[in-house]
Amino acid sequence: MKQKHWLDNPDNVRLLWRGFLLTLVLTVALGALIDLHPHFPIESWFGFYAAYGFLACLLMIIVAKAMGLLLKRPDTFYEGDHCDD
Amino acid sequence: MISAFALHPALILIAGAFLLPLLKGQMRNMAVLAIPATTLVSVFLLPDGKLWETSWLDYTLAPLAVDQLSRLFAGIFALMALAGGLFALHQQNRLEMPAAYLYAGSAIGVVLAGDLITVFVFWELMAIGSTLIIWSTGTPSAWAASRRYLTVHLAGGVILFAGITGHIIETGNVGFSAMQANSIANWLILIGFLINAGAPPFSAWLPDAYPEASWSGMVFLSAFTTKTAVYVLLRGFPGTEILIWIGIFMIFYGIVYALLENDMRRILAYSIVNQVGFMITGIGIGTEMALNGAAAHAVSHIIYKALLLMTAGAVLVATNRRKCSELGGLFHSMPLTTLCACIGALAISSFPLTSGFISKSMVSQAAIDGHMQTVWLFLTAASAGVFLHAGIKFPWFVFFQKDSGLRPAEPPLSMRFGMVLFAILCVAIGLWPDFLYAMLPYAVVYVPYTAAHVVTQLQLLLFSGLAFFVMLNYLKRTPTITLDADWLWRASGPAAGRTIASALQISLACMRKGFAAANVMLSAAINRQRLPDGFLLRSWPSANMSLWVMVMLLSYLALYYLE
Repeated sequence: MKQKHWLDNPDNVRLLWRGFLLTLVLTVALGALIDLHPHFPIESWFGFYAAYGFLACLLMIIVAKAMGLLLKRPDTFYEGDHCDD
Repeated sequence: MISAFALHPALILIAGAFLLPLLKGQMRNMAVLAIPATTLVSVFLLPDGKLWETSWLDYTLAPLAVDQLSRLFAGIFALMALAGGLFALHQQNRLEMPAAYLYAGSAIGVVLAGDLITVFVFWELMAIGSTLIIWSTGTPSAWAASRRYLTVHLAGGVILFAGITGHIIETGNVGFSAMQANSIANWLILIGFLINAGAPPFSAWLPDAYPEASWSGMVFLSAFTTKTAVYVLLRGFPGTEILIWIGIFMIFYGIVYALLENDMRRILAYSIVNQVGFMITGIGIGTEMALNGAAAHAVSHIIYKALLLMTAGAVLVATNRRKCSELGGLFHSMPLTTLCACIGALAISSFPLTSGFISKSMVSQAAIDGHMQTVWLFLTAASAGVFLHAGIKFPWFVFFQKDSGLRPAEPPLSMRFGMVLFAILCVAIGLWPDFLYAMLPYAVVYVPYTAAHVVTQLQLLLFSGLAFFVMLNYLKRTPTITLDADWLWRASGPAAGRTIASALQISLACMRKGFAAANVMLSAAINRQRLPDGFLLRSWPSANMSLWVMVMLLSYLALYYLE
């Protein structure tokens, strides 16, 4: 812990975030500019992949959370089952 | 007929496994690298065709049959054994490496087998080799997990054996070629194959057992069993429609369970099921593009998953911790491991310029070509989900997130070499896909790098990355596990067994008590007759006797007149 890593500086992290958001905007803009050769009609919606990726992930997290409510157990749940002889 | 010049690559590796325990020091280290290297070379020296043929009982076996597909799988398995051996040079346990080479050798034996009997023999050897790897860890939890693992695989082996026997009786043919799931025997074969692929409802064996292996053991385990299953499904059941839906189930099962998981290597184990799901879906679609995609993805997957597990192994060696909730901030002192983990994570997420991009997209393309919109939508959502559950989650929680204060050193040189080798391969396959495409079973007419494909893939992945950070609060790791189907045989099954056993015991005790009481009453009754006033021992009056004599004489008289 002698010298700080550049990632430990909040300013740099903020810069990274800005770069990330800029890239997001750029990819969507590029998607509007080039021909995406859509095969299914749904693909030609503006920013389809961006929105679909985001929403699909949101949905998966929510489903996982909901299943977690039912199925989560402390990680000591099975402990002791190796001496069940 | 055995042609003298064709050495069987599987036997080289298996013989090497038995040679290793006899060697020590530098000799052993040299052998660890030379054995799989020789195997790798021998795979690519083999010409096409049935090189070994022999008859056994009434059957013609072909233990060494080579074509484009089997050469690809045997080659990647040998390469995996080489890189895994390099990574594990530092492993102190003396059992693990021979077990791993036995395991890898029998996996190569399966993919080079031209008949079902040879497939079965090597299939079972694989189960033994992999179980030995888990045993070699030596912890009580590894012992318990290995027993569950072995039970599932032996059961799978029995089902496979029944299927193969039935298949041979029905068709009279031991050859291993494409089958239809149209008879009970073929269904049994399919089920036997699918159990090893980690298909539902038996997916749980994989995340249960693999993470109990040592830091190097899991690197080996991740590669062979599931990918051998992918190979036999590719050869045996291409275009079997139910595989599409089994594959899609596995994909989402892997994502959801990995999202809930805290143990870093169990996250990666769930993501094996997830990635194998993509391959199984491709096999189910069954077109040349889809089968090429499944084979190519198996190769990419072996490399980047081994890479990810090597970095996880490096962290495990350095910190002796497995849980995300206890890790974080390791990039400070392990920059090379972090870089390798990020490359593996980008490859599994199919970022452009990595191996996943040029292989997984072929399966999606096959769904598009077949106009399967629903399947395609599932696959696309799943691609985003891969980035979510493995691509960001693993490196983020292990190497970044909050600083855990741990400052472990980079792993030893041999481990670093192993990681760097596979990291370079992940990128190289992504940069020059034609090299891999040329080794696929069918001619490839697919161009992965089009502007449209790159841009849409970036949109998909970067926005799922955004979703990760937006939802980060909901993804915080908790020290929990998630119940799976294995709850049935780990908790509820044994509990039900215990309940039934105790119920049986109680009813047996009741019955025993009842019998004892009845027994006492009966013997008392019998005993009473044996006393002086018992029925037979009593003294009877003489009047009785003369009455019975009279009855007898009268009946004699009556009978006389009746004649």
